[in-house]
Amino acid sequence: MPPLVEVRNLRFRYDDGTPALNGVDFRLEAGESVALLGANGSGKTTFVLHLNGLLTGQGSVEVCGLPVDKPNLAAIRNKVGLVFQDSESQLFMPTVLEDVAFGLLNRGMNAHEASERAKAALDTVGMAAAAARAPYHLSAGEKKRVAIAGVLTMEPEILVLDEPTTFLDPPGQRALAELLCHLPQAKILVTHDIPFAHAMCTRAVFFENGIIAAAGPVEEIVTRFGWEFALERRKLSR
Amino acid sequence: MHIPDGFLATPVWATLDAAALPATGLIVRRAQREFEEARIPLLGVMGAFVFAAQMINFPVGIGTSGHLVGGALLAFTLGPAAASVVMAAILTIQALVFQDGGILALGPNVVNMAIAGVMAGYLPFYLWGGGRWRKLSIFAGGTLSVLVSAILALAELLISGVKMPGAVLGVSLALFVVSGLLEGGITLAVIQALESIQPGFIRKPAAGRSFALGAVSVGAVLLAAVGVLFASAAPDGIERLGRETGIAAHARTLLATPLSGYQVTFLHSTFLHSSWAGKAGAGLAGLALIYIACLAIGRAVARHRSV
Amino acid sequence: MHHVVLERWSRGRSIIHRRDPRAKLATLLVFLVVLATAHHNLVWLSLALLAFLSAAVIAAGLPLAGVLARAGIVLPFSAVFAAVSWLAGDPGRAVALLLKSYLSALAVLVAVSTTPLPALIRGLEMTGAPRFLLMVAQFLYRYLFVISEEAQHMTKAAASRGATARSLAGSRSRFRAAAGALAVLFARSYGRAEDIHRAMLARGFEGSFRTLGALDFRGSDACFAALASLLLILTRVAIERAG
Repeated sequence: MPPLVEVRNLRFRYDDGTPALNGVDFRLEAGESVALLGANGSGKTTFVLHLNGLLTGQGSVEVCGLPVDKPNLAAIRNKVGLVFQDSESQLFMPTVLEDVAFGLLNRGMNAHEASERAKAALDTVGMAAAAARAPYHLSAGEKKRVAIAGVLTMEPEILVLDEPTTFLDPPGQRALAELLCHLPQAKILVTHDIPFAHAMCTRAVFFENGIIAAAGPVEEIVTRFGWEFALERRKLSR
Repeated sequence: MHIPDGFLATPVWATLDAAALPATGLIVRRAQREFEEARIPLLGVMGAFVFAAQMINFPVGIGTSGHLVGGALLAFTLGPAAASVVMAAILTIQALVFQDGGILALGPNVVNMAIAGVMAGYLPFYLWGGGRWRKLSIFAGGTLSVLVSAILALAELLISGVKMPGAVLGVSLALFVVSGLLEGGITLAVIQALESIQPGFIRKPAAGRSFALGAVSVGAVLLAAVGVLFASAAPDGIERLGRETGIAAHARTLLATPLSGYQVTFLHSTFLHSSWAGKAGAGLAGLALIYIACLAIGRAVARHRSV
Repeated sequence: MHHVVLERWSRGRSIIHRRDPRAKLATLLVFLVVLATAHHNLVWLSLALLAFLSAAVIAAGLPLAGVLARAGIVLPFSAVFAAVSWLAGDPGRAVALLLKSYLSALAVLVAVSTTPLPALIRGLEMTGAPRFLLMVAQFLYRYLFVISEEAQHMTKAAASRGATARSLAGSRSRFRAAAGALAVLFARSYGRAEDIHRAMLARGFEGSFRTLGALDFRGSDACFAALASLLLILTRVAIERAG
């Protein structure tokens, strides 16, 4: 079976010329959950934006066997469900239901069916009661769940979440982890949250200066790059 | 100034509502040419920005502070058509959600602030924004946008018969001038700060337009606005002046004199028996004159450039 | 906060809430025109209209005192003009200004408190208002409080850094600081709009917004609008005749 995501030698520069990605190779197989670790600015978010064609670089990016090209974008954006870091900008419609139905309506589904499917997705994430509410009034955790519902309606094969636990308190993080564990899709998690990555992911890759410097089990990557942060008073230098 | 319902006379709000409908349709179509549907969220967010920006205080000396109104700023960054649409959206939300400004008065408020104010604000920038008078044109634009909106609102209130004794009128006008200058200063300061973050945010009008022609145009706009004000404050006096000096045919004052002739005709006509049609006509004609003035000036400048 | 309360009120399920927004808008328009064009026996008409609106508030299950109080937001502005009119020898107009502006604001408040804003906007769109403009208003409202909060944070941060200088020189630098803050807010808002655009594309946006569904104008809505309008017009005519 072909990998869900296959990236070969991906390079990308920003408009002002700064190199962001310097030759990234990456593979995602069905059922996997991979954590993308690395410092801020190391290219993790830039990388995931290539997976659904929001950014285009040089090299090859293939999703479910399809190259990420203009003619394939519509299909690929169904297969890759991207949950952005800032839910406020992702839930841009006036009500929760309208937002969750957004993707379905774009596909040409009629209003009634889109509404029903959206309600089902909200049910999956436990937010059915909020259908008529304005997104602004929801808590960070609730917004994240609605965003996930909006992505689930597209029936993606891959879920990509960019820093999903930012803004979430520990109970919120736990609820999110619970929800994600029950979803069958392969997952890519861009995250700084080591316990979360540890709980959710089978393996990790470490981004450094626009390339993947290492890959392996989460534990191993974390210790190798000193990415753990144990709060021991004696060890902290004065 | 957001005019509430219950202030304007029926002919005033009715004609302005009737005028605002096609004008808004035209402006929306114009804006759609440059901003496709995908960019609606940008316009909405910029509208939210202006709303929120009105909360930030700009200190202007001991104890007093002003705030941005934003029409000119929107015009310099999004262009006048989109700026008008955003301002109209702001006014609609203000009227519906915050009951700031009436519903029947939405037409007049849109004409004053979203259409005339934005156009008057953009005019100096359009004329001089490309040359060495850029900073002045931005300042003038900010000033004009607030000044013209406020003067038109005042004129509409006066035509409607809201009493304003001379002293109050004088104080109001003085306040308008001060608010205008403040808006000019704030708009210029914000534009300059924006340029240091991202120069691409601000539009670049064509350079090399004639300073003299520009000055005449801006003067004409101001005169038109003030003319409307005087017409509404003392229509009878102006009518008499027109008859006595016999210059009804000349456009010495931009609008008052010719219209005084029309008013007399209306009064004697069996067709339109009440003078309210005449008053409404005067008000509407004044506004049309400002619009036409801006349009004609724009065209004249374009022709002047290509010669 | 005003809009929070309004949003909560608008989510009710009373007989008035459930009416089509267009019926309510039509009735609102009739009310406003009836009031705006009235000149005789204004006080009596105002009492009748106040009773009409109060009945609507009660039927909608909203707190009467709360609604009546919130409509008072328009009074400070009107009071200034009323005072000037009174002192200039036109007490009739002073009273008219206060009564008309308050009742008009109250009517709008009742309409908006019984209709969620997205439904109201949908109703306006279906009666022919330009869709482009209405969608801009919709997104404006969606992000109004998000950006206002950002602005508040920025002013608080500036204040905590000692922005209380009293000298003229202090004013100048605070002026520039405020302009800088606005520019930053502008840039952030622009960036947010780009984020929104990416989120739209990621879920298959193809160039036009498709909405969840048309409103359903039923017989009951037509009856409501017709009866209410008739009542208003007859009241006005009756009071005018009685004078």
